Amino acid sequence: MARKDDVTLFREDGTRLDGRRPDEMRPIKMEVGVLDNADGSALVEFGRTKVLAAVYGPREPVQKYIVIPDKAVLRVRYHMAPFSTSERKSPAPSRREVELSKVIREALEPVVLTDQFPRTAIDIFIEVLQADGGTRTTGLTAASLALADAGIPMRALVGGVAVGKIQGRLVLDIDEVEDNYAEADMPVGAAPDIGLITLFQINGVMTREEVMKGLDMALEAINRIVEMEKEVLKSKYMKVEV
Amino acid sequence: MAKGRRIVAPGEQLPPDTTGPEEYLVDHGGWKSPATLGILDERDGKHVFIPLQGVYMPRKGDIVIGLITGQGIVNWFVDINSPYQAILTVQDFLGRPFNPMTDDMSKLLRVGDYVKAQIQAFDRTRNPTLTVQGEGLGRIVEGKIVEVLPSRIPRIIGKKHSMINMISEETGCEIYAAVNGRIHLKCPNEDSEAIAILAIKKIERETHTVGLTERVKKLIEEEKKVRGV
Repeated sequence: MARKDDVTLFREDGTRLDGRRPDEMRPIKMEVGVLDNADGSALVEFGRTKVLAAVYGPREPVQKYIVIPDKAVLRVRYHMAPFSTSERKSPAPSRREVELSKVIREALEPVVLTDQFPRTAIDIFIEVLQADGGTRTTGLTAASLALADAGIPMRALVGGVAVGKIQGRLVLDIDEVEDNYAEADMPVGAAPDIGLITLFQINGVMTREEVMKGLDMALEAINRIVEMEKEVLKSKYMKVEV
Repeated sequence: MAKGRRIVAPGEQLPPDTTGPEEYLVDHGGWKSPATLGILDERDGKHVFIPLQGVYMPRKGDIVIGLITGQGIVNWFVDINSPYQAILTVQDFLGRPFNPMTDDMSKLLRVGDYVKAQIQAFDRTRNPTLTVQGEGLGRIVEGKIVEVLPSRIPRIIGKKHSMINMISEETGCEIYAAVNGRIHLKCPNEDSEAIAILAIKKIERETHTVGLTERVKKLIEEEKKVRGV
């Protein structure tokens, strides 16, 4: 890989390599109810990043020791398919996947009304089909949609997007090339309807001002993502054969 | 979608006077939002939230249709289309004390059998127990079971049983819609059964639309003509 200093990630007109403005997201596609066997499912695309999420439950878990007496337990499995990356990824769960499963679970726990289903488990499977940066935030968005599609009671919908710092400039929704050469990467997940940030990570170095500005950019984008989630969920009921 | 009706999603702000099932309305301290996707219906200035999704949570006294999934020493395990597995004791099924020396459980109920039963007890700490001691309860010996989303059952029954009675009259089927999303059909012939299932599935898909009773009636009439019933 070339050194960070040797790479130019902006065009002369100030746009990014894929032609986006610094505060522009990649084209987003969302679809719900894509899997018949699951109680709820969603397919979300942020540009070339493609993530499938499936929700099962609430149901009685086979492993009784995991149950919590007064609420449902959320189980999240974030997994990258072996074909999701340009070089084959081992299908075994990696350290990163275990961590992201935990991070996404913790980003969903504040919005799912788990106390309505004591002693049960809600299983969320997030499968990255194609990775091009921002898989955890795309996965979080897909999981939120799949939960709503499954009819699991929620306080609000969650969306996610990552902000990056490349060559000293903040950019929204970074892709893989930008991520590889970025000075910092800041994934954010939030439920804007209830004013709650549920996921916030920074990898790299950013100043306090950059963090605040980046957070504003992310929250503004998440607002749009969540509105899109609502439209997609509603559209499922708009298509009726008469 | 009719005037005064709109679909609402989790997190959206609802008018303060909105009423509906408690477990599907979230109070954020000053404002309410729906917990699932549903319809906000405005009638005579009042707002009612009708959930379109949701799982069946057992309630004491509910009549459910259960599927036998396993057998214990003195009980059966019953799937009642809910997050919790229900239990039906042999003693309750027989209506007398059970003697394993003389009574053979497998001759009474087998895995795969359906039972119509009542929820005898259920709380957050224990799984539901069922009873079949009551009129019309017990093993289902004939007919067909159709599964729908539990949230669709009130629409399938209709106001004052209007929808279910209409399907029943038009097809000649005896229909029982249990709250857990299972519907028992006893029909005079296979064609009537198929028509009744088509009608039920149409209601499940289009539960949130207006003029559904008329469209279902039309579907039944057309199907009857095609099938020569």
